[in-house]
Amino acid sequence: MNTHSLSQDRALEAESIHIFREVAAEMQRPCLLFSGGKDSIVMLHIARKAFHPSRIPFPVMHVDTGLNFPEILAYRDRWIEKLGLKLVVASVPDAIARGLVHEEPNGSRNRIQTPVLLETAEKHQFDALFGGGRRDEEKARAKERVFSFRDEFGQWDPKNQRPELWNLYNGRVHLGQSIRVFPLSNWTELDVWTYIASEGIEIPELYLAKERKVVERGGMLYAVNEFTPLRDGESAKRVMCRYRTVGDANLTAAVESGADTVAKIVEEIGAVRITERGATRGDDKTSETSMEDRKKEGYF
Amino acid sequence: MSMDLLRFATAGSVDDGKSTLIGRLLYDSKSLFIDQLDAVERVSRDRGNDYTDLALLTDGLRAEREQGITIDVAYRYFATPRRKFIIADTPGHVQYTRNMVTGASTADVALILLDARKGITEQSRRHAFLATLLGVPHVVVCVNKMDLVDYDETVFERIRDEFSDFATRLRVRDMTFIPVSALRGDNVVTRSDNMPWFDGSPLLSHLERLHVASDRNFVDVRFPVQYVIRPQSHEVIDYRGYAGTVASGVLKAGDRVVALPSGLESTIASIDTADGPVDEAYAPMAVTVTLSDEIDISRGDMLCRPNNMPTVAQDVDAQVCWMDETATLMPGRKYGIKHTTRWARAMVKELNYRVDVNTLHRDEGATELTLNEIGRVQLRVTQPLFVDAYQVNRQTGSFILVDEATNRTVAAGMIGRTHVGV
Repeated sequence: MNTHSLSQDRALEAESIHIFREVAAEMQRPCLLFSGGKDSIVMLHIARKAFHPSRIPFPVMHVDTGLNFPEILAYRDRWIEKLGLKLVVASVPDAIARGLVHEEPNGSRNRIQTPVLLETAEKHQFDALFGGGRRDEEKARAKERVFSFRDEFGQWDPKNQRPELWNLYNGRVHLGQSIRVFPLSNWTELDVWTYIASEGIEIPELYLAKERKVVERGGMLYAVNEFTPLRDGESAKRVMCRYRTVGDANLTAAVESGADTVAKIVEEIGAVRITERGATRGDDKTSETSMEDRKKEGYF
Repeated sequence: MSMDLLRFATAGSVDDGKSTLIGRLLYDSKSLFIDQLDAVERVSRDRGNDYTDLALLTDGLRAEREQGITIDVAYRYFATPRRKFIIADTPGHVQYTRNMVTGASTADVALILLDARKGITEQSRRHAFLATLLGVPHVVVCVNKMDLVDYDETVFERIRDEFSDFATRLRVRDMTFIPVSALRGDNVVTRSDNMPWFDGSPLLSHLERLHVASDRNFVDVRFPVQYVIRPQSHEVIDYRGYAGTVASGVLKAGDRVVALPSGLESTIASIDTADGPVDEAYAPMAVTVTLSDEIDISRGDMLCRPNNMPTVAQDVDAQVCWMDETATLMPGRKYGIKHTTRWARAMVKELNYRVDVNTLHRDEGATELTLNEIGRVQLRVTQPLFVDAYQVNRQTGSFILVDEATNRTVAAGMIGRTHVGV
């Protein structure tokens, strides 16, 4: 019997490295979308491995909604400097000031970040954008290709996707068109945490449980801070909790948890029975197809 | 303990109980989340269904939900303590042959579902044919709805014998039959008390134990160069590494290698990764190889052993599956071709025949291939490719064709006979 067998985390890592190299070799101007969340942190970590001992041969873009957790911005700046990368910031507050987009009544900047992302990509002529999306996250993502073709408007057309076979990716585009690339397509949330644990990757503190001052709204826990101040009649309580996803500070809810180390998170994720988006995102519940609709507009 | 990864493809329609089977695997292995199940139950109720339609879990696109059909390949994930599984769930009807081909291209196992009451159908024959064509090493045939034939052993045996007969024509490497009831859970995750006569494993245990590492090719060293790493920094001086994913074989430091197409030989100085050098590399590891001599190598070249080389060919014999609805394949047409990490242009010199995917009949009078059709072609390529027969090597035996005007991926190709001749 042959012992040449790769463990699943090494097989997933190898697949992701292959994707990074393929894009760097074939596309003119790739760029990596970095949100400061765990998926983009893992993505950056693997990109570094793919080109070692060279530097990562493309810049990093952050779509800054102006509603970031301060820890995330600090983490971003520390790693960009450490890896010697160029950072491109697509600023949503700036775009609001210029009138490119308008604040939505519910305070969510999730949807209005899309035009800002597209404008920045166009300005820099990026023809490939890496995103940390995973197919296990959401139904529309489960159907998306690793190399996801986008037209001149950045739109995804689910009925007109390129067949993707073996590891033969087709990144050919005409001027103005682009490819969104998802190197973590086949990873699950548990795979991400297992990998963070085995690689000893530094993560923002928000992911680790500690006692935080929170307010309960619609069954979800929101940290009381400048983004989510207490409303009239609400009272705060102190709860051991952590963030399972890190999005905008005004919309991302924390979950009750005692997992204050990465090892405990792995254990916790292995046992939970609710998806990360269901647990923490107010914005994805709107309809059965809200993610598909946003993707068609150019969203990740 | 570290787990490995098993990719399996399923094909079938709602009638076969495919979604129920997948739903059961996910649910019984606790890989289905409560909010996902809630959403599916809510939508099923809203539609006035009497039962929870687990197909709604996989049918994620608006058009699929509206029409109640599966259009595309959906990827689903679950893990047991032994293994992580990736399911490529594809629709079963003939008009979705291209989706089945896509799902099967990376699969270790093809799961074929039969309805015990109906036995072997045109559809199940087609699924077996496509699994074989795509070189899927293991086929598992689930004879479903055994509860509706009173768990009768003779029904199962008749279907098994008939299917085995048919499969010998296809040269399936490994085929297993399991009598199940996806609806009632018999032999899916747990052994069925209703079929004591069956001495095989339930489906999940079978998938957990299936030995797939030995399916990979560890003999023929093939390393397509993907990217040349040359750091422009003061810390690393004079480093020149050839990054790529091992397609097959085992590379070791100190091995003598030859680079194609130049034919120049050298020795592997090191096999590097970001975590340090490794002694050996095998598929599907992504590594960086350095050589002891400075020879000119670029993306699209291939490293192999001097005594074991692929065929260097500009004339390629292949089976292709046509995947595009906006154009057809015709002799004389030119396409972009991607094979391993190499792009070139290819002209269709000849269409030998079209295969009827249901009867396996070869139509030698065919003049074109349209969407979902499979046929044998002869290609002439602008530059030499380094090829092996697909049935021996899925990595160096496969290619895609791309329309040069629209950039659409229009065909998947599996190389047949390999013959020398540039």
